[in-house]
Amino acid sequence: MEVFKYKKPLSLMGMSKRFGFLSLTLLIISLGLIMTKGFNYGIDFAGGTLIQVKYDEKAPIVKIREAINTEKSYEGASVTFFGAEDEVVIRTKTSSKALGLDIGDQMRTLLKDTGNFEVRRVDMVGAKVGSELREKGLMAMVLAIIGILIYVSFRFEWRFAIASVMALVHDVTIAMGMIVLFRIEVNLDILAALLTILGYSLNDTIIVFDRIREGVRTIKDPKLETIINESVTRTLSRTTLTSLTTFFVVLTLYLFGGEIINGFSFTLLVGIIVGTYSSIFVASPILMWLGFSVSSFREKEAQKLKREKEKEKMRAMYEKGTL
Amino acid sequence: MKTLNFRVVLFAFALIFGIVFSIPSLTQSESGKKITLGLDLQGGLYMLLGVKSEVAIESRIKSMAASVKYIFDDEDIIFDELRMVDGEKITFELLDNDDVVKAKELLKKELEGTLIAENGLKFSVTMTEEEVVRTQQSAIKQAVETIRGRLNEFGLAEPTVAKQGEDKILVEVPGIKTQEDEQRIRELIARAAHLQLMAVDEDRNTRVETMSLDEAKSYGDVILPDVNTGEKYLLRSIPVLDGSMLTDAKVGFDEGNQPVINFVLNGQGAKIFGDFTAVSVGKRMAVVLDNKVYSAPNIRERIGGGRVQISGSFTIEEAHDLAIALRSGALLAPVYVMEKRSVGPSLGADSIKASSLALALGFIMVVIFMVIYYGMGGVVANIALIGNLFLILAIMSLFGATLTLPGMAGIVLTVGMAVDANVIISERIRELLYAGKSVAKSIEDGYKNAFTAIWDANVTTLIAATVLFAYGTGAIKGFALTMSIGIMASMLTAIVGTHGIYQWLLPRIDKNKLGFWFGIKREGGK
Repeated sequence: MEVFKYKKPLSLMGMSKRFGFLSLTLLIISLGLIMTKGFNYGIDFAGGTLIQVKYDEKAPIVKIREAINTEKSYEGASVTFFGAEDEVVIRTKTSSKALGLDIGDQMRTLLKDTGNFEVRRVDMVGAKVGSELREKGLMAMVLAIIGILIYVSFRFEWRFAIASVMALVHDVTIAMGMIVLFRIEVNLDILAALLTILGYSLNDTIIVFDRIREGVRTIKDPKLETIINESVTRTLSRTTLTSLTTFFVVLTLYLFGGEIINGFSFTLLVGIIVGTYSSIFVASPILMWLGFSVSSFREKEAQKLKREKEKEKMRAMYEKGTL
Repeated sequence: MKTLNFRVVLFAFALIFGIVFSIPSLTQSESGKKITLGLDLQGGLYMLLGVKSEVAIESRIKSMAASVKYIFDDEDIIFDELRMVDGEKITFELLDNDDVVKAKELLKKELEGTLIAENGLKFSVTMTEEEVVRTQQSAIKQAVETIRGRLNEFGLAEPTVAKQGEDKILVEVPGIKTQEDEQRIRELIARAAHLQLMAVDEDRNTRVETMSLDEAKSYGDVILPDVNTGEKYLLRSIPVLDGSMLTDAKVGFDEGNQPVINFVLNGQGAKIFGDFTAVSVGKRMAVVLDNKVYSAPNIRERIGGGRVQISGSFTIEEAHDLAIALRSGALLAPVYVMEKRSVGPSLGADSIKASSLALALGFIMVVIFMVIYYGMGGVVANIALIGNLFLILAIMSLFGATLTLPGMAGIVLTVGMAVDANVIISERIRELLYAGKSVAKSIEDGYKNAFTAIWDANVTTLIAATVLFAYGTGAIKGFALTMSIGIMASMLTAIVGTHGIYQWLLPRIDKNKLGFWFGIKREGGK
């Protein structure tokens, strides 16, 4: 089967202004959402207690709320359905240090008369650990980006590195915006998803950049625009196909993987869509915008080649014993 | 043409390796190295505990005070006003000038790591800074060992107790069935099990109901309640002896068939106990556990042999847990919960079911898609994909790695991303075929052209995964781990493996059937 058969290069760069505008709008909306509404931090980062309770039948959510509200210290606790009608999650901002009788045990006692239930999960994170995890998470993001910058500059050129990191920040920011928009609870798994998007979006961008790097060497036309158009068009099939397989796999995870990894797979879905879009329409225009010069890159490559040739010649001479 | 090439042999080996070593994990056999399921999949309790090490320092001071009293009494040195001040130093006063030299010598010999200051006959003893640090460190170490001992004696399968960072303790207990069991385990861990035998201050005990804590303190006493009735006792704050001199504790039954705990003191403890009971006939001695008085029997005669009993209307379970706690020793410093995650076994089972379903569906979808789109090329890619899955399982089994729910997600994601390499390669091969190159040349150059892209893309993803592994905790580490292993395994299966298979198949590839072999229309080929 063939869907994306290469015929002639699409004029992608010609459309770059339009996509630039779209990206900018999305970015501004996302940043606005992050600033104004802010993240809905889960207990991993904010501290608190989460209790997942499964009932034999439909959970009596009103009764549960009433039962919990009889205890003063749980004021402001939220009770919501979790995936199914017979399962609820109770969240409070409080956490207890006591090993013996903790919030989970107290809740069990409070809920005693609400029906037949089983406590399936109790997660409790102290405020101190929460802030520690948040710091660590931010640190991980920054470190990953720095590591990637270094590797890409080393393998390509600094403009490629900057462009790929900008595309990456673009993707992660928009994904964050969606997380805020859909009120996804931000826990450690969301951080993992964001870092995966980082890797994934970059993966896509690198494949395109690799083709551009190759195009700079092999395509006669010295205009960067032509080279980019042709290279991106040639990788279009791969980018779309891989994104599709990954998208469908993550979609199964989202639909069938269970409520616990829902937020995780949702974030990934967003990331795959945005990552694919950015690697096609955003990363390469940035490269152009940064003033990547085909001729000087070719010159450098030629010099590199020359140096290598000379080295080889020397080695050959050395081996022959003439040096 | 050579058909059996090193690549296909290498891949065959990898496949066999993968299958052989993933069998123990897949069949969950008894023998062989296998993947352990994370607590989120099999159910269990994860806790990060903090240690209140300042309490250990206070109790060290207390036991130093007890030693001072014992040594001086033993050597007939007369002293008075032995006090603990703010939990950080001991003060006392000698009554006889002639004893000063001897007392100082004894203190130096018996109390290590202390600073002794004197002012005439008044002495004060504090711990050196190194000794404070050492005490804190050993409190944490002791807490780790004590908790481990208690969990092991409780008879749970493979609990993990380890020091985390400078001052935290990581506790992982798999296989807990109910929340009630979990609570019991937590209480067992938390139990300070600080046993003290204390003398009742008989001279003043009659006034205990009206006495303030400060007044009691001024006499060198403490007020502690009875565990059942709440009745107050006035006790000498420096204990006769404590649980560190205990060698064994067992559940027994008294005349009323009530569960009790019988414990045995070591030689030194038995001697101190014997000496004390000999001089205290007619007085009471309280058995105090975690600052509650369990009993305060009258001493009728000297008690030798060092056998003591604690009674206090226990249930059998309580007595059993308490005996474990006493045997494994007291927690020098109390622990508190910083982070706790507990998952019931049914939720874990549901998670396994859900994520396995997602994995299976995702896998089937990718496999079908690849065959429809790339024909035999897709079949080759699918063989590599299967090899990849087995390799991930085998490598994880060999390292005894833990599979968590995010780890499962990592495998699912790997399925999506591992075929990426084959998509890139197949696209490259098609391009060359369109350009009219021969099949053999197209395959060779297709791999060559695709390699840098795959390599760079995978390395960058690995960088992100490594950071995630280094900074992630618990379950998230599992995600980074499976993804990293998946990426590395895919380099072998998807690049080397499929290349080998193509080379092996090459003589059979009919250049007139490119639709069958590569999924492209014949007109594209030559």
